[in-house]
Amino acid sequence: MGVRNYVGVISTVGCANDVAHWIAQQIKGTAPFLHQAGCGQLQPDLEIATRTLISLGQSPNLAGVLLVSLGCEGVDADRIEREIAASGRPVKKVVIQKAGATVALNEGLLLAQALVSEASQIKQQEFDDSQLVIGVKCGGSDTTSGLASNPAVGATCDIVLEKGGTCVFGETTEFLGAEHILARRAVNKGVADKIFKIVDDMERRARASGGDMRGGNPSAGNIAGGLTSIEEKSLGAIVKGGTGPIQDVYNYGERVQGKGLFIVDSPGREPEFLTALAAAGVQVALFSTGLGVPQGFPFLPVIKVTGNPVTFKRLPDHIDMLVEMAAVKGSGLKATGQRIYEEVLAVATGKQTKAEILGYGNFPGLYTLGPIV
Amino acid sequence: MELTEKAIVVNSKDNVATALADLEAGSSIDIDTGDKLLTVKLTSKVPFGHKFSLVHIESGAPVIKYGEAIGIATTAINAGDYVHVHNVVSTRGSTGAEGGAK
Repeated sequence: MGVRNYVGVISTVGCANDVAHWIAQQIKGTAPFLHQAGCGQLQPDLEIATRTLISLGQSPNLAGVLLVSLGCEGVDADRIEREIAASGRPVKKVVIQKAGATVALNEGLLLAQALVSEASQIKQQEFDDSQLVIGVKCGGSDTTSGLASNPAVGATCDIVLEKGGTCVFGETTEFLGAEHILARRAVNKGVADKIFKIVDDMERRARASGGDMRGGNPSAGNIAGGLTSIEEKSLGAIVKGGTGPIQDVYNYGERVQGKGLFIVDSPGREPEFLTALAAAGVQVALFSTGLGVPQGFPFLPVIKVTGNPVTFKRLPDHIDMLVEMAAVKGSGLKATGQRIYEEVLAVATGKQTKAEILGYGNFPGLYTLGPIV
Repeated sequence: MELTEKAIVVNSKDNVATALADLEAGSSIDIDTGDKLLTVKLTSKVPFGHKFSLVHIESGAPVIKYGEAIGIATTAINAGDYVHVHNVVSTRGSTGAEGGAK
């Protein structure tokens, strides 16, 4: 069940981005997914790219998909086409190396136009709250994030779970120092072990790259805002997932199955993380921010929530909601969570978010673990 | 809306508070920790969103917020002292810390 009916114009590889961009620029009702992955990567990264592109193509917010392929890319474009089609929506593909970009563009414009015509005939249907799948994210954090907007978004997650719906969160980097608290909320030991493992793996990758998680996190901006350590940042960050039991942990790019609260192993960086949420099958995302961030996503409505009144006033073009610290304290938390929940329902039934209206979010990312070769 | 508090304590176990306004050195701040009322006199200025200590924290003792350790004091911290990266160190994320918090 989706909350938008875009036709996704998905590039299978960085080399095909321009044609996908041209088509999406011209045909109203399309949403592009452009990225730099899909080739020149080691097998584990090609697998991440493949499953992410398949999951994105299966997004509930896409009524149809046009794939734009180069022809010789590392990912298997035919498999991507086949597996998206298996979800029951129309999928078409153009291949640049068959007769050049101008011919692929011409074919793609006609195919996209036909797909949009088909999508436009879908009637809006009523659906139950239990069908709702939301994702949560925080970024551009300051102390108001951990004290106001993250707890408020967490309260919204709890309401979604109470109604039988699904919440997805991630940003494994930000579990560091708080993973033992999350693990206590896992439904069983196997899930708790997965939580520890994704954090350990992330730390190991950081060290293998010669990095120190403490050096990069919290960022200079976080420190200027008053966050002292990664533990403080993490504790303030994980509250945005609410207090529910954690049902399972998924890999990046996988589609979440089932109801309840789930983790997707993922980096915190916005372009890659919003892609992970869209791939997970999220319909609407809640983005908690302190300093204010602009990002949306081509086919995922992203609602920006801040606890910082200065940011709310300064960035009216980006921030959808203000949740004041005083309103979130004590008994006010649940009512604030409910207010955000009602905004989620409004957006799910057609209200446009600031990022959607602005058209901000056309440069998503696709996560890469290993070297570019 | 009522926002008269100058600082917030998230959890009653915490030994630090977070400033909700730019606070001047020498000012006395009344704080509701959730289970008691405290007055703390600031020894230096504390910007909005930054932290100060509610009690004396020994060097090497945990600095607690959200009811959990957010790091270790690298020097003795007095009640009313500004608490940030100059006197707190993370125990996580550094080389060799793998699995340390399990």
